[in-house]
Amino acid sequence: MKTKMIIMGAVALVLGLAFFWGADRYRAHQAEQMSFLAQENALVFVPEYAPVMGSENAAIYMVEFLDPECEACRAFYPYVKKILKDYEKDLKLVVRYAPFHKNSIHAVQVLEAARKQDKYWEALEIMFATQPQWADHHNPQPERLWDILPKVGVDIERIKTDMKNPEILARIQQDIRDGEDLGVRRTPSFFVNGTPLQTFGYEELVTLVESEIDKAKKEVQ
Amino acid sequence: MTQKNTSHAWYFTLFAWSVAVVATLGSLFFSEVMDYPPCILCWYQRIAMYPLVVILLVGLLSPDGSTVKYAAPLAVIGGGIATFHNLLYYELIPESTVPCAQGISCTTAHIEWLGFVTIPLLSLIAFLLVLGLLYFMRIFADEN
Repeated sequence: MKTKMIIMGAVALVLGLAFFWGADRYRAHQAEQMSFLAQENALVFVPEYAPVMGSENAAIYMVEFLDPECEACRAFYPYVKKILKDYEKDLKLVVRYAPFHKNSIHAVQVLEAARKQDKYWEALEIMFATQPQWADHHNPQPERLWDILPKVGVDIERIKTDMKNPEILARIQQDIRDGEDLGVRRTPSFFVNGTPLQTFGYEELVTLVESEIDKAKKEVQ
Repeated sequence: MTQKNTSHAWYFTLFAWSVAVVATLGSLFFSEVMDYPPCILCWYQRIAMYPLVVILLVGLLSPDGSTVKYAAPLAVIGGGIATFHNLLYYELIPESTVPCAQGISCTTAHIEWLGFVTIPLLSLIAFLLVLGLLYFMRIFADEN
């Protein structure tokens, strides 16, 4: 029986190790491909139309694929702002959309229309803050946005016209396509200078940002 | 002789258990590492495959000749669902008869190694292997 136990243990160990080794190899390979993509085709990550927050001189792009209806994006937004503030000299935020929920596209259209009034970040912030009121998944009431957005000085009548602009829909569709190419299956998903955030979390994102800043500084030297 | 046959049965159990472990880890690799969302038929097959890891493990730790009795029903059910899934995938039956038209399609090709090896095919092979090995386990157990 003892020999059998050893054989069993060995089989379990080999299969288990193969799994974790394979997972590691796969992730490393994916990250490599992404960084290749980042060098060859930066537009996949940062198209010209995407909203950017942060200093113009900042060299590091933190791309966030988000959805105004996504609860995790809402909960994580304060951390994103904190990271932007902590690394404001080096880092800027680029917003891309991954509209995975029912009324997401509508919400993004409203948001992009607010951008025409220079109220993009104000609108995004209040939409996150009031998300449970207008984006409840069992009873979504996107029309409530018309009462919410004027609080940050958005002109609703202009929004209603501007949001129908086909340009906005085309951008959303481009974001969806790029998201598919980059393997974005959850929101929020982050890429810092093309390197994907493998494990979601504040500490992990900070570590990734710092390592990309270090990398960029070394390249300059 | 009896001792030897019991031992044979044990090694077949070990082989069957290894197949179940590989299938389980493999399916977890597809969903957790590669981020492929499992379709509904895949879930049903997982429901049959994952317990086999535990049942066959118990059979390995205390071989009393009854492992086959407990493992076979799961392998038959899983094999049945896998057969259905493959017929669907390779278009031998039309997709309109599927209960999973909404959500993730059961005929999406996530992988296609060598042009024909797909996840449903791997699942079917795993269930058939387990069934075959269970058959040998039974033969050797009967000879005791």
